[in-house]
Amino acid sequence: MADYSNKLYHQLEQETGIQTGYIRTGSVFLAQTQDRLISLKRINSRLNVIGIPSEIISPKKVAELHPLLNVHDLVGAMHVPEDAVVSSADVALALASAASQNGVQIYDRTSVLHVMVKKGQVTGVETDKGQIECQYFVNCAGQWAYELGLSNEEPVSIPLHACEHFYLLTRPLETPLQSNTPTIVDADGRIYIRNWQGGILSGGFEKNPKPIFTEGKNQLEIQNLQEDWDHFEPLLSSLLRRMPDLETLEILKLVNCPETFTPDMRCIMGESPSVRGYFVLAGMNSAGLSFGGGAGRYLAEWMVHGSPSENIWELDLKRFGALQSSRTFLRHRVMEVMPLLYDLKVPRWDFQTGRQLRTSPLYDRLDAQGARWMEKHGFERPKYFVPPDKDLLALEQSKTFYKPDWFEIVESEVKCCKEAVCVIDMSSFTKFEITSTGDQALEVLQYLFSNDLDVPVGHIVHTGMLNQGGGYENDCSVARLSKRSFFMISPTDQQVHCWAWLKKHMPEDSNLLLEDVTWKYTALNLIGPRAVDVLSELSYAPMTPDHFPSLFCKEMSVGYANGIRVMSMTHTGEPGFMLYIPIEYALHVYNEVMSVGQKYGIRNAGYYALRSLRIEKFFAFWGQDLNTLTTPLECGRESRVKLEKGMDFIGRDALLQQKQNGVYKRLTMFILDDHDTDLDLWPWWGEPIYRNGQYAGKTTSSAYSYTLERHVCLGFVHNFSEDTGEEQVVTADFINRGEYEIDIAGHRFQAKAKLYPVTSLFTHKRRKEDVELSDLHGK
Amino acid sequence: MPAPTQLFFPLIRNCELSRIYGTACYCHHRHLCCSSPYLAQSRLRCTPPPAYATFCRPKEGWWQHTQGRRYASTPQKFYLTPPQVNSILKANEYSFKVPEFDGKNVSSVLGFDSNQLPANAPIEDRRSAATCLQTRGMLLGVFDGHAGCACSQAVSERLFYYIAVSLLPHETLLEIENAVESGRALLPILQWHKHPNDYFSKEASKLYFNSLRTYWQELIDLNTGESTDIDVKEALINAFKRLDNDISLEAQVGDPNSFLNYLVLRVAFSGATACVAHVDGVDLHVANTGDSRAMLGVQEEDGSWSAVTLSNDHNAQNERELERLKLEHPKNEAKSVVKQDRLLGLLMPFRAFGDVKFKWSIDLQKRVIESGPDQLNDNEYTKFIPPNYYTPPYLTAEPEVTYHRLRPQDKFLVLATDGLWETMHRQDVVRIVGEYLTGMHHQQPIAVGGYKVTLGQMHGLLTERRAKMSSVFEDQNAATHLIRHAVGNNEFGTVDHERLSKMLSLPEELARMYRDDITIIVVQFNSHVVGAYQNQD
Repeated sequence: MADYSNKLYHQLEQETGIQTGYIRTGSVFLAQTQDRLISLKRINSRLNVIGIPSEIISPKKVAELHPLLNVHDLVGAMHVPEDAVVSSADVALALASAASQNGVQIYDRTSVLHVMVKKGQVTGVETDKGQIECQYFVNCAGQWAYELGLSNEEPVSIPLHACEHFYLLTRPLETPLQSNTPTIVDADGRIYIRNWQGGILSGGFEKNPKPIFTEGKNQLEIQNLQEDWDHFEPLLSSLLRRMPDLETLEILKLVNCPETFTPDMRCIMGESPSVRGYFVLAGMNSAGLSFGGGAGRYLAEWMVHGSPSENIWELDLKRFGALQSSRTFLRHRVMEVMPLLYDLKVPRWDFQTGRQLRTSPLYDRLDAQGARWMEKHGFERPKYFVPPDKDLLALEQSKTFYKPDWFEIVESEVKCCKEAVCVIDMSSFTKFEITSTGDQALEVLQYLFSNDLDVPVGHIVHTGMLNQGGGYENDCSVARLSKRSFFMISPTDQQVHCWAWLKKHMPEDSNLLLEDVTWKYTALNLIGPRAVDVLSELSYAPMTPDHFPSLFCKEMSVGYANGIRVMSMTHTGEPGFMLYIPIEYALHVYNEVMSVGQKYGIRNAGYYALRSLRIEKFFAFWGQDLNTLTTPLECGRESRVKLEKGMDFIGRDALLQQKQNGVYKRLTMFILDDHDTDLDLWPWWGEPIYRNGQYAGKTTSSAYSYTLERHVCLGFVHNFSEDTGEEQVVTADFINRGEYEIDIAGHRFQAKAKLYPVTSLFTHKRRKEDVELSDLHGK
Repeated sequence: MPAPTQLFFPLIRNCELSRIYGTACYCHHRHLCCSSPYLAQSRLRCTPPPAYATFCRPKEGWWQHTQGRRYASTPQKFYLTPPQVNSILKANEYSFKVPEFDGKNVSSVLGFDSNQLPANAPIEDRRSAATCLQTRGMLLGVFDGHAGCACSQAVSERLFYYIAVSLLPHETLLEIENAVESGRALLPILQWHKHPNDYFSKEASKLYFNSLRTYWQELIDLNTGESTDIDVKEALINAFKRLDNDISLEAQVGDPNSFLNYLVLRVAFSGATACVAHVDGVDLHVANTGDSRAMLGVQEEDGSWSAVTLSNDHNAQNERELERLKLEHPKNEAKSVVKQDRLLGLLMPFRAFGDVKFKWSIDLQKRVIESGPDQLNDNEYTKFIPPNYYTPPYLTAEPEVTYHRLRPQDKFLVLATDGLWETMHRQDVVRIVGEYLTGMHHQQPIAVGGYKVTLGQMHGLLTERRAKMSSVFEDQNAATHLIRHAVGNNEFGTVDHERLSKMLSLPEELARMYRDDITIIVVQFNSHVVGAYQNQD
């Protein structure tokens, strides 16, 4: 996005003749610590493969690039020579004038009162100067976008919140810097420094930000938007440490200019899930200028073509729901987000604020047993369980790019899943029920889903919900509860998106009933070979594959509780069951499972174990590996598509075409060969994949496989033509014939590519001689 | 007696020991209290006539006790480490911040810090703080008990309810009464902000409620129908008087439950002063009965601090009080009504709750004591009738109410019992709190505003400000900080750890000789809000 902005701003001056202050200065990102350098190296290898030149340089080289810098405490830096600076006001002016030239009308000093909506479609805008009819409305009101969104009759919730942001302007230096002196980003010092009219412009993202406008425009604070030098002191110290010669430079002023932040540090764009034609682009997290151009382009594509040309689910408004719109939540969260911009981001970090919002009824029970939590869509999910004898304090601070200290904990959980039985609370999954009086439910779902849903009652179908291009809008499991009702399970963060997608494609006045039952059920996943024994003991029903085949759903009793929806599937490929338990029974069923399970060695497990299990089994997850631009054919899921199910479904044409022409990328599993788990940097996601030395794609997720004793990465392999760079068809043969390397922060590791999971994983048997007495201990 | 002398000398320098021995006396509640003219701390002095001499605890026993302590541990062992000192000082500290999202009406009170340091065992001071839920405003008060803590405890539990009820509009009173009548849930009146150690008596709760209900029923009956604005000053005065009246009545009527019966008598026969502030927007009312004090911290334009007293002490140092007492009683009592700076030669504060010994007629006192429980009958203090007791009542709980309209320069209010004021000058109190609070917040922001300032100069200035902020102020609580100074200040006005440690390690029996109970509430005002109010008008 930033790249497009750069190009756009570069051309803008030529197109419009308005000075934008565009100077290609380049920028230098400093590292004071080894960890920071690792993080820069990771970014560097990603930039290189998308064609943005950059390099890691030594402190000495940094000193050459910028005369004023103190480099004694640096361990390295990243230089991006093509970065540029512009003047934001001038850019805005240039864009506005370019737009006017193309017939855009701009109303100055006009405030929008609210957006007029009829039948869920934007029809116009009511301003203080009258009405304007329109089909599309884009809310890019920045820090006021939240309020504007709420001013609608049908409110559009846009979770963002402003913080005061300070930057310093100085008078010119005695010997001004050359105009192309690079911009400096010293993230460890929390500051950025650039030239400004012969002097210096420097600001930063402090540890203790000051949120503002919590109560909206009318808040008292508005009059207090003043310089706060005491607040700026740490940043000033940092600046003088970086450039000691500035001591004698005279201050012009300290500017207090609020910036808008979102709950997850990514901007918000896209169409509202509730109002058609209502688009949003806001919450730029202080990167408005650098991302503005690119974001604008994607939004334009979205409005014109119905979807942007890149996968931008991570920026989609629909990743949030009303639940992220509490002002208190936003206020607290942005106080964490703003410093995070310059914090070191290590793998698997979690937000600390705005937590414990949605929890399973078992939360306290699990917490007391040592659960450590992560959050998705406001829902607390266990990561792993700290055994009672482990040092808790040390674990909480595991910030590393290397082997994390929960390694052994997760290992024992995984082992237990493989050999005995584990229980994982998976209540966060989004759960919908679709029922109808007649066959409408089946008809609609057959049209929306790629797999054949006309299966006997009690069967579960894994299927994608595709868009016109055949890409995954959602990846879910659907159980047919009865002839006319279906139970649908999708990823946690699909709650808003999936709802909107279903609503959009459901006939308006049908007898279809769509209900979000996420909150009604607690989901327990019993994973492991002994899950069968636990369940049959609790239900007095035979659970063997003969009686309860795989991918089957039955309502049955567990303990005293009746009507528990038991499904023979696990999301990981291990044997086991999902239990969908009406929440009031949750504690009872959990207690029963744990007490009966004791003799089978049951224990709690968390999502890290789950992740390791599913990645080694090559199970792709929507939102990580799959997105709106990946099709089932591209990830080896032909079996989940029934092109000839007797009726059309969304995306069928695209898939047919793809089947004929072949795919241009293919999800592949990589097993790292020469990677030392203890000493080497761990893969995360987004690492470049090299095939025969050529860049071929990026990884999407990774995990350590305790069974293979290797790291496993999933990622898409493309076939870029060596001459033109054009994408070519990827065949299984193409994948298999390559020699692969994965680049982790500049270091390439050899990797074996696999298109299908390693079969030995499914027939794991413990060797007799490995059995020891401790295996007899209850866990 | 060489041993005790050695123990004492390093501690009391100028004190004449003979006097301490001579005037040791028994003050209610199995509690020893020494009073010498030099120390002059005991609120209530009873000089027992010879006939009662036997009731004074034998001195020997007392000394033996101290001696035992001495043998058990050498004086050096009394020194406390700084963390120990802190844990003593912080044991009772409490802070309350008015929540940020306080509806639309942003409060003029930012919050308050409070703390207390006992000298008596158990401590006789009490404190209360609460937000009025049915009207606006916040109530804060300190209560200094004497002759036990029963009265101060009762007042700390009850007074704010009486005030809140007095402030309630007629309709709300009706609504509450109807709710009681029909067994519906009651409207909450007060939101208390209590330290875990601040307790409420469970046993008396029903009794107290009934008295309060009678009060509001009378308020309802008295209502003439015309909805006049409730005058805060009048409400405060009524509430004080009414509560004191109820305390007196409850003791006269008694209670069938013997525990309660004894409790109401103890409440009535002990006493308490009260200093209560009511803050609502820019309107600050202080109602004071006795010798606790309310002091406003004002920051002058040059950043310096000055103290504005918002209450008058009701004691012998107050000419107008002396005048009032003389006027209220016949001329022939002019000499006896205040003797040795004490009311009837006994009581230091000239106004107080309880203390029915100074309010009831001799007949009534005798009747109540005789019909009362044995514990009361055996207690010589209660039996003892003050000398020259001709025209009761000599004592009233009626407060003097001061009104102050808050200005942006009024940064905080200190409410404290006399334990603080007798060790520190008001000017010092305000300066110490003021510097503490500005150190915490930098109330005066720096602005470059056109001056030539280099980055280096600014940096120097800022680091200096920061250092100032972080160095001395290990206290998180302004009241704790003030107590640290009150107890530990040396002649140079700085905290001396050795002195602090010595003072805090005094055995229970001796602490009262060096200081009184200290209770402090520091209320911080929100200058922005106060300023905004001002601009509105």
